[in-house]
Amino acid sequence: MLKTLWIRLKQGYHTSQFPKEAPKLSQRFRGLPLIDSSKCPQGCRDCAQSCPIDAITIKDSKINLDLGRCLFCTDCVNACPEKSISYSQDYRLATTSRENLILKEGQTFKLAQAANQKIKKLFGRSLKLRQVSSGGCNGCEVETNVLNTLVFDLGRFGIQFVASPRHADGLLITGPVTENMKLALKKTYEAVPSPKIVIAVGACAISGGPYIDHPEVHNGANSTVPVDLYIPGCPPHPYTILDGLLRFLDKR
Amino acid sequence: MIRNHQSLPVKDIPFYSLEEWRKKIIEKTKEGLRICALFAKENKLYVILAHDETGALLPWSTDVPHQKYPSLTPECPQAHLFEREIKEQQDITPEGHPWLKPVRTLYPDFFHIEGEEIHEVAVGPVHAGVIEPGHFRFQCHGEDVLHLEIALGYQHRGIERQLLHGPTKRTLPYMETAAGDTSIGHTLAYCHVLETLSSCEVSERAHSLRAIGLELERLANHTGDLGALAADIGYLPTSSYCGRLRGDFLNLTAEICGSRLGRGFVRPGGVGFDIDEKLISFIQEKLKKAFKDVTSAAALLWDTPSVLSRFEDTGVLSKKISAELGIVGLVARSSGLRQDIRHTFPFGMYHKEKPPMSTWKSGDVFARSYVRWLEIQASVKFILKLLDILPEGKMCETPGKLLKNTFTVSLIEGWRGEICHIATTDDQGLFSTYKIIDPSFHNWMGLAMALRGQQISDFPICNKSFNLSYCGHDL
Repeated sequence: MLKTLWIRLKQGYHTSQFPKEAPKLSQRFRGLPLIDSSKCPQGCRDCAQSCPIDAITIKDSKINLDLGRCLFCTDCVNACPEKSISYSQDYRLATTSRENLILKEGQTFKLAQAANQKIKKLFGRSLKLRQVSSGGCNGCEVETNVLNTLVFDLGRFGIQFVASPRHADGLLITGPVTENMKLALKKTYEAVPSPKIVIAVGACAISGGPYIDHPEVHNGANSTVPVDLYIPGCPPHPYTILDGLLRFLDKR
Repeated sequence: MIRNHQSLPVKDIPFYSLEEWRKKIIEKTKEGLRICALFAKENKLYVILAHDETGALLPWSTDVPHQKYPSLTPECPQAHLFEREIKEQQDITPEGHPWLKPVRTLYPDFFHIEGEEIHEVAVGPVHAGVIEPGHFRFQCHGEDVLHLEIALGYQHRGIERQLLHGPTKRTLPYMETAAGDTSIGHTLAYCHVLETLSSCEVSERAHSLRAIGLELERLANHTGDLGALAADIGYLPTSSYCGRLRGDFLNLTAEICGSRLGRGFVRPGGVGFDIDEKLISFIQEKLKKAFKDVTSAAALLWDTPSVLSRFEDTGVLSKKISAELGIVGLVARSSGLRQDIRHTFPFGMYHKEKPPMSTWKSGDVFARSYVRWLEIQASVKFILKLLDILPEGKMCETPGKLLKNTFTVSLIEGWRGEICHIATTDDQGLFSTYKIIDPSFHNWMGLAMALRGQQISDFPICNKSFNLSYCGHDL
């Protein structure tokens, strides 16, 4: 007993001061991409061609980058001779519409807005979520799960993952929705009482991610259920997920 | 015979008649060799046997002219899941297989026990926690589990099929997400395949950095598992501390490559990121600090009688069953088998330096927890040593074209155990076969066997003590 208390004392206090204080991320962290196509040589398509899942399109010599597909790898950065694409340290990536995820040069990235008044009033102080992994690689799952650890301490924001969809106010979906999980996802969604919300976490759940257009998958949660909040990344950093949830509940 | 990460022209793979092929496999597995892989391709069957004592890999092939052959499973249980996969993928029937269900296609029929007071419990695919989907069907008598059938396939994304005719620009993301918690392990196995097939020499520095990444992955997952095991028996101190400390190890990986799960770190020909003196001393300092905290958090487990009474004699997997089922990695070592790819089939940096092999004999939840703790200690020492002696060298070479009509096997000791990648190339140097065998593919049956005769309420800690991958199995 005394040893348990002694070790408790030695372990110290580790809960972050987020959102009051900005999180400390690694200097090599790859956050919101920055695009500057003014340096692009005429007709160059190296970045678009290097992207493993074609997240980059070039229109009128301007680069468009679909964050809903982006794996945040370094292929485009390494392929570009002029460093037109670079990663910033900005971990805030969540949006409330699929179109907003398409990064266009010169336009500010539209972060998630708070949910409508009704949802905010109902769930603003207590949001219970059921997580459904529908073909995810366990990357987004583990990064979601860590929100329960004492560093992030999700409970202090009134958000909790519950064991049954019938106890939940919404779903948090990861994975591209495999053919084999489609029915289970649909049934879980139907089991959540209305009104309900759906959060898609990770490139897979938004667009299919690395598995986009495989016959075995359905290219994301939107194929099966209506999505209210998109949190991109492969996987998103836990702070990206937490930031998205808090924005949606108007707590940031 | 070949060694790990050696190649062989496809035409030189030893060929035997079906009868002889079967006889030799049964004979050799009885002598203690393991089946690393067993698969079919164009009416041919291939097996790769591993001999842990000598580090030899034996690839043997045979013909199956009539889409059927006598099953190996009745005499060699470790073939069971491979043969089910062969039937599912190639429609070649292993005749006499006791349970020829598809592996990754949902199938409504389950093994069923009848009798008075027998009842069935169905769990999944959507579970209570934030975990991957799978279906568990228990046949119970009261609280006692007579049989557990594990039905997977919900995570099937069709990765292996897409790897054919590669490598393409999507191949690396497939490897990094084959099992997302083992990104470094699987990517490393793939990179060794490419480097072997293109005779690319990786620098000592890159090999060292890869080993550091692989051991950090092991540290993070083992620490997280100790915490999760503590949580499953309601012992909250260790659960809270280890949950946080797992993140500290992940953050170290992120310091190196920007991603907590090691995405972008291992690259064909070397690594995507190098570390300088400043980062080395930062990692050393953070690692020592995290290790101090893990030590005290883990010590609580071994000093608390109520924890030990839940761990000991729960979910026992004997050495004999472990060997018969071809169990790999940490679970095999917890049953007393001396099997660790870093020792038996060394690769990269592990040819020169390696942490000691950690084993335990009891095969129960305690053994699987304690071996994790032993490996945490070994990995920390090993990383600190590597950081001290980090050689100079180039970060990354560019692998050239792949050899044509060539076969290779790549084995890596990931944190769960043996990751096996097998490739053959065609006459253009593109993949004509690519097999990924995650350690979970071997080990799920071990969990089912460990549950026999247990109380159903012990399923969570048994499951956690194995902590197998669903997506690595389903691909």
